[in-house]
Amino acid sequence: MNKNVERLYNGIIKENPTFVLMLGMCPTLAVTSSAINGLGMGLSTTVVLICSNLLISLFRKVIPDKVRMPAYIVIVASLVTVVEFLMKAYLQSLSNALGVYIPLIVVNCIILGRAESYASKNPPIPSIFDGIGMGLGFTCGLTIIGLIREILGAGTIFDQPVLVNIGFTPITIFIMAPGAFLVLAFLVAGMNIVRKKMENRGTPLAKPSGCISGDCANCGMSASCTGKAVAVEEPKADVTAEKPQN
Amino acid sequence: MSDLYKVSSSPHVRAKDSTSKIMLWVIIALLPASFFGIYNFGLRALLLILVTVGTCVVSEWIFNKIVHKKNTIGDLSAVVTGLLLALNLPVSLPIWEAVIGGVFAIIIVKMLFGGLGQNFMNPALGARCFLLIAFAADMTNFACDTYSGATPLALMKNNAATEGVALMDGVNSFDMLIGNTAGTIGETSAVAIIIGAIILILAGVINLRIPGSYIVSFAVFMMIFSEGGFFSAGGFDSNYLVAQLCGGGLMLGAFFMATDYVTSPITPAGQIVFGICCGVLTGLFRCFGANAEGVSFAIILSNILVPIIEKATVPRAFGVVKEAKKHE
Repeated sequence: MNKNVERLYNGIIKENPTFVLMLGMCPTLAVTSSAINGLGMGLSTTVVLICSNLLISLFRKVIPDKVRMPAYIVIVASLVTVVEFLMKAYLQSLSNALGVYIPLIVVNCIILGRAESYASKNPPIPSIFDGIGMGLGFTCGLTIIGLIREILGAGTIFDQPVLVNIGFTPITIFIMAPGAFLVLAFLVAGMNIVRKKMENRGTPLAKPSGCISGDCANCGMSASCTGKAVAVEEPKADVTAEKPQN
Repeated sequence: MSDLYKVSSSPHVRAKDSTSKIMLWVIIALLPASFFGIYNFGLRALLLILVTVGTCVVSEWIFNKIVHKKNTIGDLSAVVTGLLLALNLPVSLPIWEAVIGGVFAIIIVKMLFGGLGQNFMNPALGARCFLLIAFAADMTNFACDTYSGATPLALMKNNAATEGVALMDGVNSFDMLIGNTAGTIGETSAVAIIIGAIILILAGVINLRIPGSYIVSFAVFMMIFSEGGFFSAGGFDSNYLVAQLCGGGLMLGAFFMATDYVTSPITPAGQIVFGICCGVLTGLFRCFGANAEGVSFAIILSNILVPIIEKATVPRAFGVVKEAKKHE
């Protein structure tokens, strides 16, 4: 498979950030009270993710290993500020609905995770596609959760009344916090059933590869990780190579 | 006599209790309250009871079929859950919402956590709280053929908030004791519930530790903090206290739901602490909360505290000496 297409497949299906990696849970649970909010949050994260992956990949040889986290944060924060101002200017209502979760994209695990595990080790073009794949995977996850919660909790789809017209009493709990946990739990359970079925049929949906931090204890992926993919390629060689310059 | 020679490992003496037997006692004890509910609210109450019991049993059976587990509906716990849930619903609730409640109680609160004995909160109460948040309007609509208007608890809360209205205006605490008031199907009659509770206590299914400490701590809390307490502007009002004790789900909760074996502590000291937790939380919700009622949320919150309470109240094992405090 073409490497770029493989990246897209990887982000949307194989390592879907919402249902497989379980990354970025905070916005996933908090802003998905309607489909349009989920879509908006997902797309704004996607934009930031694509740009940050590109920039970090371009600067990967310049950024010193020891201060890479602050460097990533500066890049991501600048991009998020741009997105935030754009949304305030052109998408006022969405910006109000998402509130503080737009600035909080800066510390979104998906963005830092992709920067650390992919963009910092790979050339720009695959990094862009990695960003598109992961971003779309996140957007799909959020939109699906938002859609289900909106239908059950408000009886509407993208603010269009659907079920309310036929006398359906909205189950309000689904647009409140407990509903987010319930819907996410059932979707992840469904995803796990699909994975297991595919494994039994002999065509396994590959386990997530690559390691985000090399530190299994603090890794969000450890639940779905096989444990074999621990990064042994900690760039020690680079550190020693840089030392003379300092 | 030949049984005595059988070689086996301990325990050698077993009680004849079984899960289904205990559950049967609980069902029998709930019958007075159920019959009074049907008498009070009409045949629709019977329909709701049958629907929730049926839903609970069927969903447990289906769940066991799907996950290839041994069928567990024989232990009657699903029947108890369904019955308790129905007693916690207003009589006017649409049938399909009651069905959702039954499915939620069994599948999500009980079976997904591993079935009877593994659930961390009372299934009937979990479902009631789910319905209360999901269908707030239907769950607090107590108008029916027999009664219209608010429950006595809501009335008292309203009176306290309105100036120039007596606290007990429109509330008759004797009616509340008998059960001739608006409310959920099973909670209105304190007398019927207490008859059931006496059956349970005589049968040895529950003891008074949890209900006793629950009701006493609640009463003490209300005497201190409530609108009819010793420190309120109007002074102590014994009628108000009786109305608070008989009103809402307090009696039903204290005797039938807080005493659930699975979700209450097993240590004797822990049971008393648990009861006090329930009582204080119920008082807090009723006095300072937005709603007039708070029993179900109080018991659920206390259910979640149970592991901590049990850890803190482990009794001293026989023969173990308490470690002496070290002197500096």
